Amino acid sequence: MRTVYLDNNATTQVAPVVIEAMLPYLHELFGNPSSMHSFGGQVAAKIREAREQAAALIGCHPDEIIFTSCGTESDNAAIRSALTVQPEKRHIVTSRVEHPAVRALCADLAQRGYRVTELPVDALGRLDMDHYKESLTPDTAIVSLMWANNETGMIFPVERAAAMARERGILFHTDAVQAVGKIPIDLSRNAIDMLAISGHKLHAPKGIGILYVRKGTKFWPFLIGGHQEKGRRGGTENTPSIIGLGKACELAARNMDDENTRVKLLRDRLESELLRIVPNSRVNGDTQDRLPNTSNISFEFVEGESILLMLNEYGICASSGSACTSGSLQPSHVLRAMGVPFTMAHGSIRFSLSIYNTEEEIDFVIEKLPPIIETLRKMSPYWSIGNQACTVQ
Amino acid sequence: MWEYTDKVREHFLNPRNVGDIEDPDGVAEVGSIACGDALKLSFKLDENQRIKEAKFKTFGCASAIATASALTEMIKGMTIEEAEKVTNQHIAEYLGGLPQEKMHCSVMGREALEKAIDHYRGQPSKAEEGEVICHCFGITDKEIERAVQENNLASVEEVTNYTKAGGGCESCHEAIQELIQRVRGQMETRPPVKPTLSNIKKIKLIEETIDREIRPSLKLDGGDIELVDVIGNRVLVATRGMCASCQAADRTLKFFVETKLRELVWPDLVVEEVAS
Repeated sequence: MRTVYLDNNATTQVAPVVIEAMLPYLHELFGNPSSMHSFGGQVAAKIREAREQAAALIGCHPDEIIFTSCGTESDNAAIRSALTVQPEKRHIVTSRVEHPAVRALCADLAQRGYRVTELPVDALGRLDMDHYKESLTPDTAIVSLMWANNETGMIFPVERAAAMARERGILFHTDAVQAVGKIPIDLSRNAIDMLAISGHKLHAPKGIGILYVRKGTKFWPFLIGGHQEKGRRGGTENTPSIIGLGKACELAARNMDDENTRVKLLRDRLESELLRIVPNSRVNGDTQDRLPNTSNISFEFVEGESILLMLNEYGICASSGSACTSGSLQPSHVLRAMGVPFTMAHGSIRFSLSIYNTEEEIDFVIEKLPPIIETLRKMSPYWSIGNQACTVQ
Repeated sequence: MWEYTDKVREHFLNPRNVGDIEDPDGVAEVGSIACGDALKLSFKLDENQRIKEAKFKTFGCASAIATASALTEMIKGMTIEEAEKVTNQHIAEYLGGLPQEKMHCSVMGREALEKAIDHYRGQPSKAEEGEVICHCFGITDKEIERAVQENNLASVEEVTNYTKAGGGCESCHEAIQELIQRVRGQMETRPPVKPTLSNIKKIKLIEETIDREIRPSLKLDGGDIELVDVIGNRVLVATRGMCASCQAADRTLKFFVETKLRELVWPDLVVEEVAS
């Protein structure tokens, strides 16, 4: 059975050219980039190139790139550093819809005596910028707001938010794991101090990430050890993955147009067709400021896990914000923060596309999904077929 | 991805007995859309008072659908008295087992069956008695007690897996823990008799153990400890020699001194360092 992969916000296929770029460094070119001999030195040169490729994608200087093991490490390193270098400041500003890499860390820090402001969002997932401004205090050490939401694709106005933080001398960090490679980012034109990237979300392998730290920002390493990454992240470099990520960044820059035209059209087609065919369905989150590849749709009165497992029978891969799929008993914190009603939240499906998706795949999903919803609704005690309306309010 | 058995998958993809029975003898609805799953079960009896037909409608995940489908198959042909004896364990076993986190689906099946039987008999539902403990999911103490008894549950996590109670805001975890202890206390027919130890004897034993078992090891590294006081189960000690300046001393106290004392003197002892 073929696979129709529409779960690219979870992880992406490693691009063939990326694998190709990595292979020599898994085989014969295994040297340590820190070594004095040229056998290791040639690897160091390749890492320099990867650093330049990554810097080019996000408009920064190569020295501002720190390679890490994942997005979570980058987020942790940024926030913990901000607190370490400003021990007198005890306040963190973040939002209710952050990825667990930030949210769970802030919850842990709150347990340890830090004051954490979790900004609410409106029904479309948007921040109230006046509310944000009011939350900034002289005691605020860092603001951490995601660039784009992993579940809805919603984009936060992080550049505006960063400028407001800078005016007040507050460090600004953004989890840009979902944004990098999907929308243009130019750090030379904004006031963001730290930014997290995850390799496997942009067709590089898992286990590699980047933390961007703006030049001049006081930084305290998360991993203390050797002099790697100019002492900002100890540990021998994951050379093949760094080289792969560099290549993936180059590729992402090249594919940016495709992502924002063809992929976006595919997403829009999938979304509008599903909404047209399936009654009682709706999009979660703002459709104006949104990633070009993501669509989060709720199908009322059915449960997400059931939908996913039936899609799975056709080889279609997607995600859900329902309770049953999250491993917890409540629907996703993002949908709850937006106040999505339970009848909708449990039946939410996230489709996230990539440059590898085709029109034919999208048509296949448009063909297969509506009958699945119909089957499940016939089984649902809340759905009465006659009037296609809900029997509970 | 959940590890569902082939039987769960099969019942999910090809559910049996979906629908409503017109003019049923027994019918019940449990769960709610807010909770993420709900089940409507109805049955009809034949002239011999056996269940002739059973049907369900479910809103929920794959295991909720499979559980409901399995339940309707299981009870067909049973008398009310037989059906009454079906437990959530029976339903889970019928499906070749369910993931721990999904056991609440089997409990929901049993609840629906019980409530439908109550309806048939014209009795008020037993499940609705009791005091609500988990407000997120509306679970009562009676329901939790029952799940603990029938499934021999020992932790809050297990109670959450089986009843959903405690799976939301978590503010009821303490109450659930107390319930578990109470129910399990009643379950154990003879509570284990704890040996007693007088304070004087305890202090003497602690001193002897430090002298014989602990001090020689510490001395090897140039360290030492001194017993300052014993208050209940708190053993207050002061560090001496190298221990006094060693950064790992508190780990030594926890992992070596405390472990030894618990092993050789009394299992509830806690070692605390005090300034000498």
